[in-house]
Amino acid sequence: MIQVKSLYKSFEDKDVLLDINATFNQGKTNLIIGQSGSGKTVFIKCLVGLLKPTKGQILYDNRDFLSMSKNEKKLLRREMGMIFQSAALFDSLSVLENVMFPLDMFSNDTLRDRTRRAQFCLDRVNLLDAQKKFPGEISGGMQKRVAIARAIALNPKYLFCDEPNSGLDPKTSLLIDELIHDITTEYDMTTIINTHDMNSVMGIGESIIYIYQGRKEWEGTKDEIFTATNKRLNDFIFASDLLKKVRNEEINDISANDVDL
Amino acid sequence: MILKPISTFGQYIILMGRTFSRPDRMRMFFKQYLNEMVSLGINSIGIVLLISFFIGAVITIQIKLNIQSPWMPRFVVGYTTREIMLLEFSSSIMCLILAGKVGSNIASEIGTMRVTQQIDALEIMGVNPANYLIFPKIIALMTVIPFLVIFSIFAGIIGAFFTCWFGGILNVEDLEYGLQYSFQEWFIWCSFIKSIFFAFIIASVSAYFGYNIEGGSIAVGKASTDSVVMSSVLILFSDLVLTQLLMG
Repeated sequence: MIQVKSLYKSFEDKDVLLDINATFNQGKTNLIIGQSGSGKTVFIKCLVGLLKPTKGQILYDNRDFLSMSKNEKKLLRREMGMIFQSAALFDSLSVLENVMFPLDMFSNDTLRDRTRRAQFCLDRVNLLDAQKKFPGEISGGMQKRVAIARAIALNPKYLFCDEPNSGLDPKTSLLIDELIHDITTEYDMTTIINTHDMNSVMGIGESIIYIYQGRKEWEGTKDEIFTATNKRLNDFIFASDLLKKVRNEEINDISANDVDL
Repeated sequence: MILKPISTFGQYIILMGRTFSRPDRMRMFFKQYLNEMVSLGINSIGIVLLISFFIGAVITIQIKLNIQSPWMPRFVVGYTTREIMLLEFSSSIMCLILAGKVGSNIASEIGTMRVTQQIDALEIMGVNPANYLIFPKIIALMTVIPFLVIFSIFAGIIGAFFTCWFGGILNVEDLEYGLQYSFQEWFIWCSFIKSIFFAFIIASVSAYFGYNIEGGSIAVGKASTDSVVMSSVLILFSDLVLTQLLMG
């Protein structure tokens, strides 16, 4: 579980995050949603330590991340996995070598065991056949799957995904979402996904927080989002006519169920 | 005006502090170290040989045509060619050329890794990116550069012989005598010492520019150019200081 308490982040005079309080539960896919420029990426970067918050607390299973020493942070980071928007695979390494990289760095297993573990992770994302290829030779969706395999290689407790669906077609996006959701349940991880993909929100949003101009505006689940009264959230989520229609149908269903009861 | 260079120097020192720490895994360090020796050193042999060969030949022709007179001993061409190759070209000028080739390669490689979040990925894994990426490059270039200096000196001398064999502008015996005349072994060591300093400048300065990129592909291009300019300026400046210290 990750808890965030009164988190602030500013760049010079500009406040980007203001008094964010949130709890991200273990074994669940926790989504952070918001418009572009709302501070989602800054928030996730603060959580993983790529940016230093101005003030606040980040607790990883009650361990205060911000007051940790360099070595303690280093050890905690071995419990983290991250999937970047651009996949961030190492160009000079093959797919298998990319997945093996964290194992090579931190595992004391033999080469055979490390290879076996990397192949197992690649098999988990259905990419065992592409193990000898280089990142430049595979599609964007496959790169994201390799990034997932690399992120889970060391059995992390915390998984962070920064817009994992960006640049992918809807079908591949769904596949990635399902994969992340399944892996979260399977490994009982605390997964935090930064997204503005509405399919992800409706599909795997077990716990959602909505950020608007650096402030947390709303918190709930994918089911609660249909009945949410927050105007900014509704304007953001149900921006298209199609989604407005879906929402109205969903509300009608809920009303009909209530009458039946 | 004054604050920016001080702040840049401070950032460079901080980066070097992170770079020169104990590698997380020695096995991975040696793997990277060998890869970098090939990519930065072995792959530069061709250009070093080519340029040194022609410069050696051209120096011989220029000295013969412009300096030699009946009042000068005949061996002066070989002697001057050797001194130029040994003292300046094979260490300083060759390193200026390598600053262009190797420096821009390092800056753009690390810069692209920064832009595509590969460095962030390393950081989140708990790897020290500066140590993992920069340290092997610096050590590898400092290791291979004395060998490149030797290759350069030999290629230059072969170039000088070519002007005698095929150009016929000078007697081979005179060139040979001049090349051996009043030879001081210390000059070779001076070349090695200077080149090792220059290798450190090329690798560390280029890595600094690449590592601190903010932006996209334009920033990568700018960092690559800046790294070459800054490395060249620092090589020239340190050449002045080192020459005074070693030869003065």
